[in-house]
Amino acid sequence: MSTNPWNDLEETLRQTLDEEELTRCMRCGFCLPSCPTYQESGKEAASPRGRIALMKAIHDGKISPDPTFQKQMNYCLGCRACEPACPADVRFGHLLEQSRAAITSHVPTPLWNKLIRRLFFHTLLPHRSRLRIVAVLFFVYQQLGLRTLFLRSGLAKKILPSHLLHMDKALPLASHRGVRERMKTDFHPAHGVAIGRVALFPGCIMDVLFPQTNTHTVQILQAAGYDVILPNKQPCCGALHAHAGEEKKAHQLAKENIDLFLKMDIDWIASNAGGCGAHLIDYPYLLKNSPQWKAFAHSFANRVKDISELILAGRPLTLHPLQQRVTYQSSCHLQNGMKVEKEPLNLLSLIPKIELVELAESERCCGSAGIYNLTHPHTSFHILDEKMERIRHTQANTIVTSNPGCLLQLTIGIHRARLQNQLRALHLIDFLMESMKAETSTDSASETPIKNY
Amino acid sequence: MFSTKIKESLIRILGNEFVCDDTETCITYSYDATPLYQELPDGVVFPKTTEDVQKILRLANEHHIPVIGRGSGTNLAADTVPHQGGMVMVMTRMNNIVEIDQENLTITVQPGVLTQAIHEAVEANWLFYPPDPSSMKISTIGGNIAEGSGGLRGLKYGTTRDYVLGLEAVLANGEVIRTGGKLVKDVAGYDMTRLLVGSEGTLAIITEAILKLIPLPETRKTMMAQFNNIDSAARTVSAIIAARIIPCTLEFMDQRTIQVVEDHAKIGLPRDMAAILLIEQDGSPSIVEDDLKKINQICLDFGSVHTHVAQNLAEGTKLMAARRNALSALARCRPTLILEDITVPRSQIATMVKIITDIADHHQLTICTFGHAGDGNLHPTILTDARDSLELPRVEKALADIFAAAIRLGGTITGEHGVGLAKAPYLEWKVGHAGYHALHAIKKALDPTNLLNPGKIFRS
Repeated sequence: MSTNPWNDLEETLRQTLDEEELTRCMRCGFCLPSCPTYQESGKEAASPRGRIALMKAIHDGKISPDPTFQKQMNYCLGCRACEPACPADVRFGHLLEQSRAAITSHVPTPLWNKLIRRLFFHTLLPHRSRLRIVAVLFFVYQQLGLRTLFLRSGLAKKILPSHLLHMDKALPLASHRGVRERMKTDFHPAHGVAIGRVALFPGCIMDVLFPQTNTHTVQILQAAGYDVILPNKQPCCGALHAHAGEEKKAHQLAKENIDLFLKMDIDWIASNAGGCGAHLIDYPYLLKNSPQWKAFAHSFANRVKDISELILAGRPLTLHPLQQRVTYQSSCHLQNGMKVEKEPLNLLSLIPKIELVELAESERCCGSAGIYNLTHPHTSFHILDEKMERIRHTQANTIVTSNPGCLLQLTIGIHRARLQNQLRALHLIDFLMESMKAETSTDSASETPIKNY
Repeated sequence: MFSTKIKESLIRILGNEFVCDDTETCITYSYDATPLYQELPDGVVFPKTTEDVQKILRLANEHHIPVIGRGSGTNLAADTVPHQGGMVMVMTRMNNIVEIDQENLTITVQPGVLTQAIHEAVEANWLFYPPDPSSMKISTIGGNIAEGSGGLRGLKYGTTRDYVLGLEAVLANGEVIRTGGKLVKDVAGYDMTRLLVGSEGTLAIITEAILKLIPLPETRKTMMAQFNNIDSAARTVSAIIAARIIPCTLEFMDQRTIQVVEDHAKIGLPRDMAAILLIEQDGSPSIVEDDLKKINQICLDFGSVHTHVAQNLAEGTKLMAARRNALSALARCRPTLILEDITVPRSQIATMVKIITDIADHHQLTICTFGHAGDGNLHPTILTDARDSLELPRVEKALADIFAAAIRLGGTITGEHGVGLAKAPYLEWKVGHAGYHALHAIKKALDPTNLLNPGKIFRS
């Protein structure tokens, strides 16, 4: 190791960037129209083709990495919309993670940044019990009038940047009780003869901010004919770690999950968060340098299914009419990572009387992108505001999505666009449950029990 | 890097944000979609107005800095690679649709408008801009005009060249010229409009264009015909035209392409067939119906072993998937893909395809051929690896052989991609010694100091 971290970074990038992927880019430029940051900046360096050219130039020893390289890698949303657009099947997501991992391990970060990363990626996310303590604290803040006081006193406006203010307003009530605490037992039998055994991957953010969605997921899987098992102490999937360059932790979490789930007697692992699912199916690539894990990682990944795929393959649900105008915003990683595109729409179209309207450019990222809305609020919210304009155009009163990050971002968008009175954002599962619970009378929509966050 | 003095002057014209000469920017404007070519510019500028372009060109003229115009950088002849350094001028900020004129059936656009955006804007008004290069989702109209781009509909509707009615352009000395207009007839002086179309950024920088529009065809229908020998497929193409039917699309795929596409996309293509034709007709429903019936019969009469006429648009889209998947499928076989665009007279297609197969075998290369059979424009596609130093010289030799064969058959070295850097060594083969000097005389007259895209079209 030399004393210059940028030299070390250069060395690591040369060793770890996947040369085959870099060479496969034929620079046709077909990825450009799909890239949100290229659209924002109009600069080639902020496009997938440009970023690959930079990585390749470093890999080939033509240039050395510098802070602008780091900035460019962080500016990318990681939405992977460039992957389906690529004729040559370049996996840009892998190259991005390799670059970020190298940056994280060599480039010194400011102390506050280091502490936040340590807290978030190492202390909290991997430990469900600790996340719950945060949830309790947050619940207290939200419920005991502290939040109201904070927001009304004007103090919030003084100390919180406007994007955090919007975020605070949009956050649902945190819960210290996840799906396992709510549903008491870890086994939930299928209604009727079981057609398969499914373990739910409850996720971290999902289980703290949207535990109700997890409960609904279990109930719907039961109704579709699956025995459902709730794993005890499921570790974080590690997606956020991998995206942020915390490679070692991501590897460790992947191995813990593989260990946990492969011990269970199950056919499938159900994911109801596109961000988690896309990462879970990528474990074989993530652990490609650990030969002893290869077979296990493949066996694990082959079992991972998005919830919409499992429901469609199961017994038909009893869905009651919902007279609502609905549109669907895809989760980027569900679409570009798991390649699940049509299934959520097919499910929605099964609901009687529903008015399903297509959202123009629904394949474009909403700007949530993990913690991008915290790290790049300006770009994130500019992308979000454009998204909201498209949604407004559909005149829908419900926007359905399939990932907690997207759900939060769209809720923030609703607040920013001041559409609280006419539009709500819901997870696909909660919307399906609404239809299952709806009275057969047609005006059920207005009495829906599901809260607009 | 720009010199401090130049950079300051440029910043005075464009502002800080739009003058870049950092490493990151230079690397990312050092290439286009052509494999094997890459060279760093001194810097990159992003003009917003015609006046910006004028000022920049005057400055460049004064200091002898080469200027390379660029849209989205999807060129396939290394035309936007700054191989002598200089200043890359990116036109994507000039991206307004100025006007759609319903009375004169024209659209006026700035050069940075994406071709797809033009399609969408005019089709919303039941109008039609036919040129459809495969890159149109990202390529700019300025780039299409500079390259004289073609597309799948060339046979029936012609190419970009046939739809440019007028241009505003800035010459190397910074003067603005306006050519043509919203005019069907205009013989006042030389046809500067047509001269600038396909001039590859070597004569002027295009800053605005008036394009011709036509009524949007009511409907379209697709069919596929399979052949077990290439001659029958080629004779069928000629027979369709001889029967006075001009389909809007008449695409061809050879056996190697069929097999690669089927391996990749698994859409049920016949791996044992020597060729397939994909044919599409558009127009009023009765004409489309009638034409497809006739074409189907001709295909069967001329030896097609199987035909399939799509019953609706969705089925048609499925049939065309074979053609749309071709590039993806080929791109996944080997790391480097070299896509050529020779064109021969329609009657020579079978001969040309057979010659290409022989050339591939002779040089031990994989060459798949597909293309626009209706207009004789073929895409022999060489699958290779830029890192393979033993194979690359054979690729070079094969390319030269293919160009020579095309010319021998009365064809050309490029039908729709341009000469650029990649084909500059072969231009004289096509246009001859006198022709080459005539072209060069035009270049010298309009750009005496060789400021605009130097080294392109002409050997340096």
